[in-house]
Amino acid sequence: MTATLTAPRTIGLDIVLSRWARTDFIVSDAAAPDGDTQERQRAAWMAAAQGGDRRAYERVLAASVPVIRMAARRQGVAVDLLDDVVQETLLTVHRVRHTYDPSRSYDAWLSALAARRAIDALRSQGRRGSREVHDEHAYDTHADVDDATAAPEREQEALRLREAIASLPPGQREAIEQLGLKERSLAEVSAETGRQTGALKVNLHRALKALRTRFNGEP
Amino acid sequence: MAESRLTESLIQSLGEQLTPVRRLPPAWLRTLGWLLAVAAIAAALLMHYGAGPMMRRWAMAPDIAIAGVGAVITAVSAAWVAFTLGVPGRSWRWVWLPLPSLLLWVGASGLGCMRDWLGPNAHIAKINEASDCLIFIVSLSVPLSALLIWLLRRACPLRPVLAAIMIGLASSAASAALLEICHAFAVAATDLLTHAMAVAIVVALNALMGGRLLQPALK
Repeated sequence: MTATLTAPRTIGLDIVLSRWARTDFIVSDAAAPDGDTQERQRAAWMAAAQGGDRRAYERVLAASVPVIRMAARRQGVAVDLLDDVVQETLLTVHRVRHTYDPSRSYDAWLSALAARRAIDALRSQGRRGSREVHDEHAYDTHADVDDATAAPEREQEALRLREAIASLPPGQREAIEQLGLKERSLAEVSAETGRQTGALKVNLHRALKALRTRFNGEP
Repeated sequence: MAESRLTESLIQSLGEQLTPVRRLPPAWLRTLGWLLAVAAIAAALLMHYGAGPMMRRWAMAPDIAIAGVGAVITAVSAAWVAFTLGVPGRSWRWVWLPLPSLLLWVGASGLGCMRDWLGPNAHIAKINEASDCLIFIVSLSVPLSALLIWLLRRACPLRPVLAAIMIGLASSAASAALLEICHAFAVAATDLLTHAMAVAIVVALNALMGGRLLQPALK
């Protein structure tokens, strides 16, 4: 292959390689500049997002994920809960984005929200933990598959779930029925109901949160 | 992995729902807005009672004027702190800011009591007069607290109880300062005790009620 390269082709390859090298340099520079530059960038994106710039908003939210994870880890959130905290924090950021002052630190603003959401997650986990009893020996020695009470209990659970879904606001109920229970695609539901896919996704997220709250007894 | 995709999809849907927002005005500007309402009440009281009696009492007992200045500075600084705590990322340690002026207010009022013990010719408040002070401070603090809570409705205090305590302190200090305009007697132990009780009642009520009213952004 190399033997077939003629001089002009070699030069062409050099140009491509040098361009690639330059691109690579720019990309890596953008991906890992120093912390201050990154934070200034996030602050500038959020300021633009407050004015309605969607591209800047999606960028700042994506760039916020590692900051949120770090703040949650500092609060002692376990790895399996991190994504919940990230999503809750992103929803909170969306609700209170008008409180960010671009002349101040974006990371401090975001970390404070993330820490609050992390504490909420730890509290609700603690409440669940205090209500549940863990008995490793019982798990091993008592199989509950053929338990005579299991079927009625499952029916009760299903009934409770149906009631909980029925009590959701119409938008959330529709999202959970169509996307969660019937497992239809976003495009199908969007086409049928005329709702935007974004609204459907947020409704699904809120419905899941409401159901979790109802079944876990969280405030 | 599925969770990360959920985060990505959430970011996308939040982006789809983005609308421009009006930024929260700076804390000093909102403090100024609240102080305008306090100044309007002061102007109305001065028009009704005149500045003469207040000036005469100040000339006789300068510590009353010093206590009044302490109350005004406490009101201004506590209101500013309440607005500052409404922005995520600001340090909760700002709650110590009104402490020096609070000490000045309490200290100067305490000096007034000592003077009355040394010179008992002064008109010392009787119980019924002192209860008038309590009613004045508490009833004027209600609308001033309500106004502060209303001005904080778009904020996001991550420590709502601390913010509510600052609201209580600001409104009760402002009410006590306004009381100086129509106060008919020198500060005595009964009077100081009544003022302290009124401030404690207003702060406690705000901590109980305000803390809940200030949390909607986080639910």
